[in-house]
Amino acid sequence: MIFKLDHFYILLGLVLAIVAGMSFRDRANPRRFTTGSFWALYAVVYLVGERLPPVLAGVIVIVMVLIAGLGGLKVGRYGTFTEQERRDSAKKLGNRLFIPALTIPITTMIGSLLFKNVRVGNLLLIDPKNFTLVSLGFGCVFALIAACWMTGGTPIQAIRESRRLIDSMGWAVLLPHLLAVLGLLFTAAGVGKAVAFLTTSYLPMDSRFISVAVYCIGMALFTMIMGNAFAAFPVITGGVGVPVLVGVFHGNPAVMASIGMFSGYCGTLMTPMAANFNIVPAALLELPDKNAVIKAQVLTALPLLAANVCLMYFLMFR
Amino acid sequence: MHADVNLWPLIGVAIIVVGFLLRANPVIVVVVAAVITGLTASMPLKQILTVLGSGFITTRNIPLILLLPLAVIGLLERYGLKELAQTSIARIKSATAGRVLIIYLLIREISAAFGLTSLGGHPQMVRPLIAPMVEGATENRYGVIPDRLLYRLRAMSAATDNVGLFFGEDIFVAFGAIVLMQTILRGEGIEVNPVHMALWGIPTATCAFVIHAFRLSRMDVQIERELGQRVPEASASAGVKEEIR
Repeated sequence: MIFKLDHFYILLGLVLAIVAGMSFRDRANPRRFTTGSFWALYAVVYLVGERLPPVLAGVIVIVMVLIAGLGGLKVGRYGTFTEQERRDSAKKLGNRLFIPALTIPITTMIGSLLFKNVRVGNLLLIDPKNFTLVSLGFGCVFALIAACWMTGGTPIQAIRESRRLIDSMGWAVLLPHLLAVLGLLFTAAGVGKAVAFLTTSYLPMDSRFISVAVYCIGMALFTMIMGNAFAAFPVITGGVGVPVLVGVFHGNPAVMASIGMFSGYCGTLMTPMAANFNIVPAALLELPDKNAVIKAQVLTALPLLAANVCLMYFLMFR
Repeated sequence: MHADVNLWPLIGVAIIVVGFLLRANPVIVVVVAAVITGLTASMPLKQILTVLGSGFITTRNIPLILLLPLAVIGLLERYGLKELAQTSIARIKSATAGRVLIIYLLIREISAAFGLTSLGGHPQMVRPLIAPMVEGATENRYGVIPDRLLYRLRAMSAATDNVGLFFGEDIFVAFGAIVLMQTILRGEGIEVNPVHMALWGIPTATCAFVIHAFRLSRMDVQIERELGQRVPEASASAGVKEEIR
């Protein structure tokens, strides 16, 4: 392969190293040494990667968590333009400014659709296992070139701006990453098995409707705990879906799987454990209440979950 | 019967739930839960550190999606991208927060259903374009928005992106979830056609659109009720009054 995800890990590592350097020097940040150390450690994780001894990486995780969790990440000063300056610039540049912004999604889309199996000589152009992420990486690079060319900004200025954005998010940046690790550890420790055991041992499953409701609501609840419907699906389907809905009541397994997974997604809309969908955007949009996105979603998720129970009940046993 | 099932790791789940309910710092809660779950599964401390460390390294693709686009988005914001999004939506007189989001929901859900899940996302689309458009459309009608409403509009923009993505992508046959479901059911001895699973997702996807779009149009009505009275004084002379029913 010519372009691998590793190349973009190195790129992000370098960006984070510069962010760390800028943070150390930012006297307006009351916690500039802990903020700088945090990003320096993150840079090490990306730059050294798999060559890092796992135990040492574990220690790095604990140190980063202590910095982020105990208020070690604070905002500094970023030399931003005033609102008037931004309005003037928007007027001057006009709709051209949209082009770099749309370059990221469009390059990602084209890259992952068309360049998946393109070869140069004997080598694949893009790593086939990570083609979406590699395409996203290219999208960001192309967009940055276009943005610099159009606005007259520099890559260093761009890094300064990304420091402004990541600093405003604070600890929320770290949460999705940690939750992914927790998911791995939960699986290793057998949390899924324990939940499946409890659900199947203590719930009455003699009525068809109750079984369907238990399956759908179980998917939603377990997804809320794990933060991920993919983790809930094997557990709840193995524990309730296959033995009861298909085994006892002879339901259609395609309907069960499809609507079951969607019931899990209703759970995803309601849990802080799905941090990259719920907590990170709240931080990214600078909302004071980190649960504001979840609160906005609950009234869509609950009626939809009820609709799922009914849909599954009527469609599965035709 | 199942004497071999170890229930102690559930303490980790309990710690997560209690931690979030007590509003303790989530980052700390997650690591405490991880360490204690490991201990209840009788892992030694060094092994827990190893699992944490190697897991952190292998999952470092997750923050990449968030962090890499920020340089471009930040630079474009410096040169007025948000302000541009706001003024360009303000030219469309019939635009309201709810209508902008309903259109975005439709585009997001349909494009995700065709596998184009990267045509959206919070750092790439919601922060630089969608949220400013929603704010711009509302400001254009009612003038300055109170902070509480501003936060609600932003939260709803993020929520709309999620709903469109989640309930669109499962209709796409080549999506990971369909492959996962097929693999799991095969492991249980059931063979299912992925096309059937994708098609049976359509009723739920339709319900998701209807329910969320209904809520978005309700939001327009609520905004009108909250801020509607302010308009006659603020911009009656500008002739905007007719525009708002």
